[in-house]
Amino acid sequence: MSLKQNLHNLKEKYKGTKMAPAFNAIHTFLYMPNDVTHGGTHIKAADDLKRTMNMVILALIPCLLFGMFNAGYQHYAAIDSSLRDNVLTNFFTFDNFWIGIIKVLPLVIVSYGVGLGVEFIFAIIKGHEVEEGYLVTGMLVPLIVPIDTPLWMLSIAVIFGVIIGKEVFGGTGMNILNPALTIRAFLFFAYPTWMSGDKVWVYDAVNRAGTADAISGETILGSYAQNQEVIYSNWDKFMGFIPGSVGETSTFLILIGAAFLIFTKIGSWRIIVSTFMGAAVMGLIFNQIVAADIITSSSKFYGLMHTAWYEHLMIGGLAFGAVFMATDPVTASQTNKGKWIYGFLIGFMSIMIRVFNPAYPEGVFLAILLMNVFAPTIDHYVVQGNVKKRLNRTKLKTA
Amino acid sequence: MSKDIRIKKGLDIKLVGVAEKTTTQSSLSSVYAIKPEDFHGIIPKLIAREGASVKAGETIFYSKDDERILFPSPVSGKVVEVIRGARRKILAVKIAADGKQEYQDFGKKDVSKMSAEQVKNHLFSSGCWPFIKQRPFDIIANPNQTPKAIFISAYASAPLAADFDYTLAGKENELQTAITAISKLTSGKIHVSVGVNSNTPFTKILGIELHKVSGPHPSGNVGTQISKINPINKGEVVWVLTPQDMIIIGELFLTGNFNATRIVALTGSKFSKPHYVSAIIGASIADITKNNLINDNTRIISGNVLTGTQVTQNDFIGYYDNQITAIPEGNDYEFFGWNKPVFDKVSTSRAFTFSWLNPNKKYDLTTNTNGEHRAFVVTGSYEQVFPLDIYPMQLLKAFMYKDLDEMEALGGYEVAPEDFALTEFICVSKQPHQKIIREGLDLMRQELG
Repeated sequence: MSLKQNLHNLKEKYKGTKMAPAFNAIHTFLYMPNDVTHGGTHIKAADDLKRTMNMVILALIPCLLFGMFNAGYQHYAAIDSSLRDNVLTNFFTFDNFWIGIIKVLPLVIVSYGVGLGVEFIFAIIKGHEVEEGYLVTGMLVPLIVPIDTPLWMLSIAVIFGVIIGKEVFGGTGMNILNPALTIRAFLFFAYPTWMSGDKVWVYDAVNRAGTADAISGETILGSYAQNQEVIYSNWDKFMGFIPGSVGETSTFLILIGAAFLIFTKIGSWRIIVSTFMGAAVMGLIFNQIVAADIITSSSKFYGLMHTAWYEHLMIGGLAFGAVFMATDPVTASQTNKGKWIYGFLIGFMSIMIRVFNPAYPEGVFLAILLMNVFAPTIDHYVVQGNVKKRLNRTKLKTA
Repeated sequence: MSKDIRIKKGLDIKLVGVAEKTTTQSSLSSVYAIKPEDFHGIIPKLIAREGASVKAGETIFYSKDDERILFPSPVSGKVVEVIRGARRKILAVKIAADGKQEYQDFGKKDVSKMSAEQVKNHLFSSGCWPFIKQRPFDIIANPNQTPKAIFISAYASAPLAADFDYTLAGKENELQTAITAISKLTSGKIHVSVGVNSNTPFTKILGIELHKVSGPHPSGNVGTQISKINPINKGEVVWVLTPQDMIIIGELFLTGNFNATRIVALTGSKFSKPHYVSAIIGASIADITKNNLINDNTRIISGNVLTGTQVTQNDFIGYYDNQITAIPEGNDYEFFGWNKPVFDKVSTSRAFTFSWLNPNKKYDLTTNTNGEHRAFVVTGSYEQVFPLDIYPMQLLKAFMYKDLDEMEALGGYEVAPEDFALTEFICVSKQPHQKIIREGLDLMRQELG
């Protein structure tokens, strides 16, 4: 008997039992189900949620691979800064990738293992199918944490994020906050020393701290926040040869991912474009404040306010947040008009928080979480516009 | 001045099996059936018991809510069986045709001289009232209300739909008579929509406002046209008729006979020769599709693939349908079907689905759901195929959590289930949109109606 027939027989055998959702999750991974339409339309379009989610994962793969190389590159470059003189030959080396394998891959495995474990348990308890939402979350999480994040910490954060961020609301499609950012926020507030500072962004910087071999793991934002000059060129910043969270550094690859998501019609171009616009506007405002000599170079905000607006778009997590986080359809605005407002405010607030946050010079994840909360309000007013139009039509008639 | 309608949002689903423009006469079936379920919201009161002899046009049952609304037998013969379901609900009344087709004589009428009341009573007594439907709620029209306008769509944009230019050809006389008659029932206009390039008999009809429609499906849906021409506001009612039913009404006034014959399109890849047949309402599927249907793992649909009803060969064509579609069932597994590139299915995305490369290709789609039911996740996709000035997802959600105020405010009076057929087709979460809308409309009618 073929695999297809065997699996079908097993599905029939376990139908209605507690374990059915767990089995079906694996079955439907291998085979698209044999369900046919009943009532309603007799034919259905080719897309399902698995396909949709899969597109996002594909768009993230370049960032993941780049992040794996970058993990090693930043480590070795911190030890021997002459490596930075010839990036292209020193970047795509097996030594660099090996660091990625031993440091980044475990993050991915733990994220998926723990997250999907929680999903399976909830599916079995609540008797619904295992939903695909975590497939994307599980890939996002390792890309937005510092490389040296301990795995146990990540596990706890993932459990918290999946349960409190998603399952308590009813699972995929019902959550208010982006689960990946909930996980990131949990890490940030529970273990701040591991999530910020000048050590965690480069592999081994934490271990070596205080020894003769100490290396710096400072990010660009960290340097600017302390009004220091940075050593990286705009080319490095755009291509991503800089320290930072695992997958967020390469604006270039993120934009390729964005192009892919927009082309496949999976990601909302409205949100992506408006987020960059909002960030650019806020950056320009700060640049003008500096240009008008309202603040001086002695101000503690000078470094980040002085940073050119286009530079703000390339450093930190802004691009990654705009393309992969803000576009989460469940937690974003759901109306097309609302998406413009939602995205613009994310970009605007990200740079504002980035500049003014005294503890931690980055604001993208906070801005997105904040706007997640406001997205239903934005939608409410957009929809009310439509409702008002309808009411006016009635009034015109009766008047 | 006529107002043309141009639709941009929508999707033409091109399928294999367009009906060839030839019509054969289907032989008179031995058994016909009238199914109360075709008349949504009607509770039937049976008149013709088992064994009763009826003529074509004689009442079989009437509506419990309004005794004037009668439902006639399409053929002359004998009531042989009343099929009942749970709680003695009548599922179908079967009539064995006697082969002679005797008509009950309702008398020839000169419609131009009839008053509104006379027209109404004639439609009641002849059993033609059920052909008039109303919006809101998409049900048989309530005769106690006066519609602000009457809408007729003579442009069919649904997949493989019967071509009205073909099925209405030569019926100018009947159509004009029916238009003259129903125009007495409204103080407003009669809006008729035709395809922009169509060669339609309606160009010669007087007393109507003609609209030329262009754009993808659902441009032919009457709901789309109403929203573009004269949208329904709270408290207003419009009536809706289909051209094929107008012919029956026209013939009634001209000849005095209830002749429920219509031209039915046999479409879809599971017909060896898709073409048109002339058949009487309620005819058996087996008779209409005889020697044509390839019935191996086939889904037979009375109606089109988006809004039709699933039937078997032992069933009967729906009261309002002028199309039978037969497509392959999709009850098979597909290895890695969720991530491999797809060339043989329709999609509005480009997520390794390649129907955008070849917009004119005809597809042989199956009934597979292409994925499992999920909560709403993706946003912004319904809007691309939904031309009404309504937020489709917000309305669907309001209909699901049954907030009557929101259902009303978001446009619940303006929609019918068929308006949500395309959003249901493209829905990534495979939600049953039409069912949600139907149940919500029933609730609105009950609570606010």
